Amino acid sequence: MNEQTAEQLAMVEMVRDFAATAMAPHTAAWDEEKHFPVDVLAQAGSLGMGGIYVGEEYGGSGLSRVDALLIFEELAAVDPTIAAYISIHNMVAWMIDAFGNQEQRAAWLPGITAMTELSSYCLSEPGVGSDAAAITTRAVRDGDHYVINGTKQFISGAGSSAWYLVMVRTADKGARGITAVVVPAEAQGLSFGANEKKMGWRAQPTRQVVFQDVRIPVGNRLGEEGDGFGIAMKGLNGGRVNIGACSLGGGRAALEKSIAYLKERQAFGGPLIEKQHLLFEIAQMATDLELSRTMLIRAAQALDSGAPDTVKLCAMAKLVATDAGFQVANQALQLHGGYGYLSEYGLEKLVRDLRVHQILEGSNEIMRLIIGRLAVER
Amino acid sequence: MIMKGQSMKIVVLIKQVPDTAEERTLVPATGWLDRDAADNVVDEINERALEVALRVKDADKSTEVVVLAMGPDEATKAIRKALSMGADSGIHVLDGGLAGSDAARTAAVLAAALRGTSADVILAGNESTDGRGGVVPAMIAEHLGLPLVGGLNAVELVGAAGSGKVSGERSGDSGSLQVTAALPAVVTVTERTAEARFPNFKGILTAKRKPVATLTLADLDVAVTVAHAVVVSHSERPAREAGRKIEDDGTAGTQLASYLFENRLV
Ligand SMILES: Cc1cc2nc3c(=O)[nH]c(=O)nc-3n(C[C@H](O)[C@H](O)[C@H](O)COP(=O)(O)OP(=O)(O)OC[C@H]3O[C@@H](n4cnc5c(N)ncnc54)[C@H](O)[C@@H]3O)c2cc1C
Repeated sequence: MNEQTAEQLAMVEMVRDFAATAMAPHTAAWDEEKHFPVDVLAQAGSLGMGGIYVGEEYGGSGLSRVDALLIFEELAAVDPTIAAYISIHNMVAWMIDAFGNQEQRAAWLPGITAMTELSSYCLSEPGVGSDAAAITTRAVRDGDHYVINGTKQFISGAGSSAWYLVMVRTADKGARGITAVVVPAEAQGLSFGANEKKMGWRAQPTRQVVFQDVRIPVGNRLGEEGDGFGIAMKGLNGGRVNIGACSLGGGRAALEKSIAYLKERQAFGGPLIEKQHLLFEIAQMATDLELSRTMLIRAAQALDSGAPDTVKLCAMAKLVATDAGFQVANQALQLHGGYGYLSEYGLEKLVRDLRVHQILEGSNEIMRLIIGRLAVER
Repeated sequence: MIMKGQSMKIVVLIKQVPDTAEERTLVPATGWLDRDAADNVVDEINERALEVALRVKDADKSTEVVVLAMGPDEATKAIRKALSMGADSGIHVLDGGLAGSDAARTAAVLAAALRGTSADVILAGNESTDGRGGVVPAMIAEHLGLPLVGGLNAVELVGAAGSGKVSGERSGDSGSLQVTAALPAVVTVTERTAEARFPNFKGILTAKRKPVATLTLADLDVAVTVAHAVVVSHSERPAREAGRKIEDDGTAGTQLASYLFENRLV
């Protein structure tokens, strides 16, 4: 299952080189200055990272979900924040490719896959997060247009993105009354809240997106009215695997740093790695990450083959990998002693960045809810 | 790097070397490079030479870029990397009889392989990061009776066979030189030319569909001569000694100056 092809090895090598040269020297400064490196994202786009599993027709790379996993792991080993934004952008790109018609794909995908035009996924609202079917942002049909009113909360990339994939309510029928629409940044009546101050993910903006009588053509709707919830959840299946891969990459970086540090740090007459307790910690961290990788590959293969247990496997992989990534990073910080707490060593940033992966794209409680319901359903 | 007229054919010489980011060692028995000790990659300077060629191709799609490598089986990886970056095809000179070749033999073999290509430009790095002899391109030029335009920091390739020329800038000890030659020519570049591009995913996926010709010594009709340069002995670089620290008690400047004088460093 873990056999990589020559092409996958070459892709991983390229992404690693790219991350090492274009990202690694700057990640600490981006984090500190809350700088969103859109130029570097465009460079990633030119290498094919803007539409990893989008068809080649409009600039996508046409790769598999398993390939995507390897790519996100490498990016996140250098910077989980940038990797995670690219993962959200890819989720949107795929949703447009999978559910858009010919005209929509031709109009929106070339800029999105090139990452010269960024995108945001807008589901959460100030009063609605986990209970996504309860969203209240409303779109009212007016001839050939929809008029949208409402507020989306916690939107990654907001203010910098050119396109907003928004889940809106078109009917009072719960999940079946939700519709997906694409709103351009320049739409009249669209505005953004302040960039949220947050624990991690500081190199990418998180803002409210506010709709005040925003008019968009009906032609900007993905699929039919009422399809939105299904589209949003299908996007999230892949999003969960990708965010899990970002946790895996960040966790791997934390583990590698820890191994190097314990070999070098001297205490009680020898290198710390000789303490069996610490060696066992390393063993647990390595095992948790490998377990995550295994779960992620299974989920990605399920997505690639359209297996019937895809939803379950994606939820399980997200739960396992994002918990493992955070725990490994947190343990790595502990193993570094006081130095782990200093920004210079890079551990505290990993901890801060990976923490939110347990909360978003469906919190890990919601993952348990999905897994549990599916388990007792039959 | 603007070209007009007939399309140009550029052959880029690439060599697989151990990654300079890792510890590199020699095999004790032979004194040859231990190719298993570190990851083998395309020599960075060759990637820059390839970048020069690919920029010509960016400006004129009809440009043909071929990469030529002599080396063991593993060198196919370097050729694939070059193809994924955008080269059109590859030539791999692969023959067990070539192991341990010195510069003279390498140049003779590469020149033989180049004879069949009718290249307008033969591009290479000015020296490799492993052997650092820096003589192979000059020897190739000699074999082929072509001018060598070596050590360029910036390259301009204009026109095509018959009317084309290469010009560029070379740093000398006392200034920089503007050099020009008519094509065909052998051109080498320094690490001051533009940084090489990354291959994109599409490039990586299409690389395996591009043609790579494998040539043996028999195909090339070059005699299996013994290497004239052989490793007689080698020793490990002595471990670095700790440097001397000068505490600044107000006389650090004088102390530093006298250290430099005493050791004839100024
Ligand atoms: C940095 C950041 C970026 C984000 N980016 C985006 C984005 O780009 N687009 C987007 O749409 N959203 C985004 N989000 C929002 C994110 O998806 C939500 O925060 C998440 O879904 C949780 O929703 P909530 O915050 O409203 O918490 P709530 O739903 O209010 O939940 C509060 C707590 O209760 C738990 N809980 C809720 N319901 C249950 C239940 N039934 N059983 C057990 N436990 C339950 C939750 O797990 C959580 O621990 C982002 C959030 C952050 C912090």
